[in-house]
Amino acid sequence: MPVLWLILIVLALAVAGYVAGRARAISGAGDDRRALHSLPSYYGWNVAMKVMVPAFLVLIVWLIAQPFIVNTKATSLLPESAIPEGSTLGLVMSDVRRVADGLDLSVAQGLLSAGDAATLTVGGSDIRAMLGSAGVAVGTEITPEVLAAAQSYRSTNATGDLLRSIVVIGLGLIGGALALAQTNPDFRARNAVERGIRAILVGAASLAILTTIGIVLSLVFNTIEFFRIYPASEFFGSFTWSPSFGGGSQLGIWPLLWGTLYISLIALLVSVPIGLFAAVYLSEYAGPKFRAVAKPALELLAGIPTIVYGLFALLTVGPLLLSVFGRDGLGWMQAGTAVMTAGLVMGIMLIPFVSSLSDDIINAVPQSLRDGSYGLGATKSETIKQVILPAALPGIVGAILLAASRAIGETMIVVMGAGAAARLSLNPFDAMTTVTAKIVSQLTGDADFASPEALVAFALGMTLFVMTLGLNVFALFIVRKYREQYD
Amino acid sequence: MTDATYTGGKEPAKHGLLTVDARTKKRNASEKRFRLYGLAAIGAGVFFLVVLLGSILANGIGAFQQTFIEVPVYLEEAKLDKTGNRDPAEMAKVSTFGYSPLIQNSLWKVIVDSGAQTEFEDGGDVKQMISASAAAKVRDWVLANPDRVGETVDFQILASSRVDGYLKGRVSRESIAQDKNIDAAHLDLVDVLRAGGTIHKSFNWEFITGADASESRAEQAGLGVSMLGSLFMMITVLLLALPIGVAASIYLEEFAPTNRFTDFIEVNISNLAAVPSIVFGILGLAAFIQFAHLPQSAPLVGGLTLTLMTLPTIVISTRAALKAVPPSIRDAALGVGASKMQATFHHVLPLAMPGILTGTIIGLAQALGETAPLLLIGMVGYIATNYPEGVFSGFLSPNSAMPAQIYEWAKRADPAYYERAWGGIIVLLLFLLAMNLIAIVLRRKFERRW
Repeated sequence: MPVLWLILIVLALAVAGYVAGRARAISGAGDDRRALHSLPSYYGWNVAMKVMVPAFLVLIVWLIAQPFIVNTKATSLLPESAIPEGSTLGLVMSDVRRVADGLDLSVAQGLLSAGDAATLTVGGSDIRAMLGSAGVAVGTEITPEVLAAAQSYRSTNATGDLLRSIVVIGLGLIGGALALAQTNPDFRARNAVERGIRAILVGAASLAILTTIGIVLSLVFNTIEFFRIYPASEFFGSFTWSPSFGGGSQLGIWPLLWGTLYISLIALLVSVPIGLFAAVYLSEYAGPKFRAVAKPALELLAGIPTIVYGLFALLTVGPLLLSVFGRDGLGWMQAGTAVMTAGLVMGIMLIPFVSSLSDDIINAVPQSLRDGSYGLGATKSETIKQVILPAALPGIVGAILLAASRAIGETMIVVMGAGAAARLSLNPFDAMTTVTAKIVSQLTGDADFASPEALVAFALGMTLFVMTLGLNVFALFIVRKYREQYD
Repeated sequence: MTDATYTGGKEPAKHGLLTVDARTKKRNASEKRFRLYGLAAIGAGVFFLVVLLGSILANGIGAFQQTFIEVPVYLEEAKLDKTGNRDPAEMAKVSTFGYSPLIQNSLWKVIVDSGAQTEFEDGGDVKQMISASAAAKVRDWVLANPDRVGETVDFQILASSRVDGYLKGRVSRESIAQDKNIDAAHLDLVDVLRAGGTIHKSFNWEFITGADASESRAEQAGLGVSMLGSLFMMITVLLLALPIGVAASIYLEEFAPTNRFTDFIEVNISNLAAVPSIVFGILGLAAFIQFAHLPQSAPLVGGLTLTLMTLPTIVISTRAALKAVPPSIRDAALGVGASKMQATFHHVLPLAMPGILTGTIIGLAQALGETAPLLLIGMVGYIATNYPEGVFSGFLSPNSAMPAQIYEWAKRADPAYYERAWGGIIVLLLFLLAMNLIAIVLRRKFERRW
């Protein structure tokens, strides 16, 4: 039975449970609702909840667990000899799955009767041709072992599906029956339902933790897998990045890290002065009217998606820089995509980030400090330079660190504007590449996660995650530790 | 010495209110300079904004116009319907290869009628002016109207992207010197036909509603299918992120005891908000495709990934909205006998709803423009040429998304696609603008000050 139907059946049971529970509570109270502990609908909800919760929980666990069990069982049928030279168990198992899918499809299309599919042997007919006509292409010749494993795969799956339906529906019925039996006018239905809702709320809040765990697990497992087939000393020690999917790649992280840091540095050199001066002007000099226009205008820059900045770098800034610094101009630049292109555009993107964060921080400096400084005869700019900025410094450093973490994690601008060549060079007009750009290029296209060339992306992702998280935590630490408490 | 007395000697320095000495001048000048730096910084920011928007508009507006050729095509019965039954099933056997010569010959007839001087000899020589999609368009029309075979019907067919580029100034006689796709002689013909009104530019709905096309047919490519992909992704995000985000915020704001576990959740949420989006792409790839075996390039997977990315934004704004509801509301509800759950769901939540919706719309807008995670789950590189067949396949069959489609176009070699990419950005920005305007209106209209 398909999962969708199962879900619909459980939902229908829950609706029936709601109606029954509500009716039972009312009739139990002799049609006098004041005798009930809770409102009638709570009795209904209580029954519905007890139908759905156990049934769906078991369904979810079952959906995750069944593929593992079926796989293990089919794998145990494959002897060592069934794995050809140069192949792996994983590849043979994917053949098994494909044959099993093909048999399913053949039965569905009427090419094969259900009984024949279970008893089919290799000698009897050309299975490959039949699977091909059902729309499943099998690459290698089907061996008896693979066919046997596929048949076991199918039968275990079918048994599993049947059992699943029985167990899930059974649990729903039992839960509903128990809840109905509980239902009497003195039963505290509202408290039960509210406990259930509270559990849902806690679950939703815990999703943040689950997401973090998911990120860490997916990065850690694949990174370990990568280091198993590629030495970590090479990854952290080599200064060359030259992946080749044919094998013999050199995957040193340093050229990528250098590109990332160089581009981020240029971005910060653009955005920090502009953003900081803009924030100072907006908070100290600008009148309310000017501020009401200029602040949203700057923040518009933050609302523009990064793909737009990427295209701007690729098609506008790159050619513009090339016409000045390229072969027709100063001759420093080979192509439009370069560290400078990506850095400049990323700097523009970060201006509002720096300015609005610093603006908040400068505004938080108490007025009494300014008044004291003016009272001593300082001009406005002297006050800003010698009183306000030092007082706001921890916050501003925190803002700059956050901007740096943004710059390091930025993807689209560097994918489109920085070029693809990994090199260690000091010339800002050279094309270089970054950690994020390489994650994209190593993971798009081929979905085979077995080669070091694809798995390296997870190690790069891990590096990126650790770097940005470190910067964020460090920024928070600086702000907390050095913040002056004025009140 | 208690009394300070003037003992003669040098004149006192001329500090005073009326005289401005050199030091004061210097200080005042530095004040002015500092102020100018600030103004210059804001000016630079606004300048960048203007340049950015200007280059988007200047480069992208052309994508909404497309060059069409008006050709009366003679639908020859002997070629299209040999049996003469007008049976669409039989006529479908004639492929687009059967239609191309008809269109080319019709265009040739138009050229000959216009009296243009040309070195070309027949319709086959002018096929470079016609989009490769024209035959399919005429074929579809004929199969839908089989009884018009044998007549001459006026068609607005797409000109090839080179002709289109020539009308828009992207292609010139110098730039095509090395180009095998078109000759200068074709451009001469275009000039003649344009003067006669046969070739003209008009608004191109196909760009907004159409499907993506192969690399060589830039003139045919449209955003429509990827827009649907984005729509299904946004539905997924809305259906998941709004309830989960609201539930999480209600727990944290109204029920959570102050303990380690709550702290841990809060730290996690604020850290997730700062995790680079590409890392969420890696998570989506590993969790939904590698582990859960959901189909690659499916809007459902994109939506799930973007949900995880948007949740922190929604949680943060929802908590702010809940916090803005004054405690007296809760106290009043509790006072008349409501349970804590009832007070929250019947009173606090409805009052916080405008703020929650505003935050959700802004989160959705952010998710709509996000590209990097989509690259990893395979929504780039898939050429979205087919509309999804229904709601179910809309979620599960491979599709692209608006930003992914723009990226895909920007990667292609033909400069005609750059114009499409800029045009796509205009559409994307219009969507974002609309969403933000809705958020602002909601906030203005429903926000209460307590």
